[in-house]
Amino acid sequence: MSTLRDELEGLYAEYVDCLDGGELERWPEFFTDPCLYKIIPRDNFERGLPLAMMLCESKGMLQDRVEVLRGASVYAPRALRHLVSALRIDSQGPHVAETARSGPSGMIRVHANYAVFQTQVDEPTQVFNVGRYLDQIVREDGHLKFREKLCVFDSVLVPGSLIYPL
Amino acid sequence: MNAAWPSADHSRVPFWVYSDAEIYAREQARIFRGASWSYVGLGAEIPRPGDFKRSAVGDTPVVVVRDHEGAICVVVNRCAHRGVQFCQQPFGNAREFMCPYHQWTYNLKGDLIGVPFRRGLRKQGGMPEDFALDAHGLQRLAVRERHGVIFASFDAALPPLEAYLGPAMCEYFDRVFDGRALRVLGYMRQMIRSNWKLMFENIKDPYHASLLHVFLVTFGLFRADQPSAVRMDEHGRHAVLVSSKGEQQASDATAEMKAFLADFTLHDPTLLQPVREFSGTATVVMQTIWPNLIVQQQSNTLATRQLVTRGPEAFELVWTFFGYETDSDEMTRRRLRQANLMGPAGLVSVDDSEMMEFSQRGVRAAPEAAAVLELGGRDCADAPHMITEAAMRGFYKYYREVMGL
Repeated sequence: MSTLRDELEGLYAEYVDCLDGGELERWPEFFTDPCLYKIIPRDNFERGLPLAMMLCESKGMLQDRVEVLRGASVYAPRALRHLVSALRIDSQGPHVAETARSGPSGMIRVHANYAVFQTQVDEPTQVFNVGRYLDQIVREDGHLKFREKLCVFDSVLVPGSLIYPL
Repeated sequence: MNAAWPSADHSRVPFWVYSDAEIYAREQARIFRGASWSYVGLGAEIPRPGDFKRSAVGDTPVVVVRDHEGAICVVVNRCAHRGVQFCQQPFGNAREFMCPYHQWTYNLKGDLIGVPFRRGLRKQGGMPEDFALDAHGLQRLAVRERHGVIFASFDAALPPLEAYLGPAMCEYFDRVFDGRALRVLGYMRQMIRSNWKLMFENIKDPYHASLLHVFLVTFGLFRADQPSAVRMDEHGRHAVLVSSKGEQQASDATAEMKAFLADFTLHDPTLLQPVREFSGTATVVMQTIWPNLIVQQQSNTLATRQLVTRGPEAFELVWTFFGYETDSDEMTRRRLRQANLMGPAGLVSVDDSEMMEFSQRGVRAAPEAAAVLELGGRDCADAPHMITEAAMRGFYKYYREVMGL
């Protein structure tokens, strides 16, 4: 029988596979509606400054992001590769996770490290963005979905442009 | 660099200005360490005595600090002893600055107040008798603050900021910085691998905005067929692009704009629900202030963008988003949502940061070639429309004066 950890690791594997595989149209499906998705520099996060570099508050805003980068933005081609590790499944007590497994109202907190590598034409692969996912996950119609996903990245200084979601 | 400027007027820009190391060194000396007021931060970032932040003027690192009397001081982040960059914290609060290497200590104005073992130890060693503390302070810059915005200069004889901006540019500056207390919402920073001037040119170039930026064009946020203007100060060094929001509807102009997508709609329109907050009809004013500041007012998203040079072929763009202390929570949320348009991940601005890097890749390989800036004629006059490159020509007119080119 698979554990909650197995199931969550499966979710993150699916999530990064969707992004790295360029299936961005499926990306909003990983979220509830409404939801909260933010890419936020650690400097802002730790100082309590509210500004995010990317902010989506609904599945519609996630879709808008995808449609703009598909049909409107102009940028050089690039490939991304996400590595996610050190999943810490929140530990407000095992009963929380059990509730999440069984009931629709339960919420699971997951903290994880991520690293995103970027490869552009005529360039060696670079470390593009490194940080932590601070996530809230709920079960909706039997599927685990992000109700909140914060990507808090370590270096405020972004090399070039951030085109794709993390 | 031995080449002469390729045109008598300012309709040509030789590509060597974007990659030549000698030109870059001359820019640092004549522009950034010369007769200019450089933006270094906002007063709201250092509200209390002792608050400081790291900043930069050109590629010189500085510290901006509020002293114990409440006055703002800007000092070079370099110990007078051995040149150590003594301040490593991006922000903080200090009673004094102490270089960690040999503990030379400075007050917040930059005066040297302590040197360990100055008198030696047990009558041995120490500084010479005639060593004077007051001859070894931190290098200080002249400082001006206008309505919460801090500028610094290596040239102590520079005219006041208001004269430097000139009446027309000062009026646009005061439109956003009207004296209300500012509230910093947060930062974004990006390293763009292009020459710094390409960033300034981008904000002086309304031609591209109606062509490149699908998002702006489609939603009528900035478009050639809307009431707009390009204005400059008398030297051509500062400029504004001004426009008024229109609707998402086709016109005779949209036929020339491949970027106009009549059917494109937002799934969640709350992203774009601007409210009018400034007097007049303009809904976007982008101001460039020589030599390192862009003031962004696009709908309700307000930011300063500071250019920090990092060699001829790279610069850092530091975005400081802000609102006003008097903003309602709803207005703050609106500003935070509209910030999606801007920054390193901006729905609009990624087009620009990408294009500047594309430009650099092109011009680097052909220093002897030149850009052609003839849209709207070859002069540097203000225009009541966007189909002009006059503000870029104005920029190079002044640039050539300062650089002796």
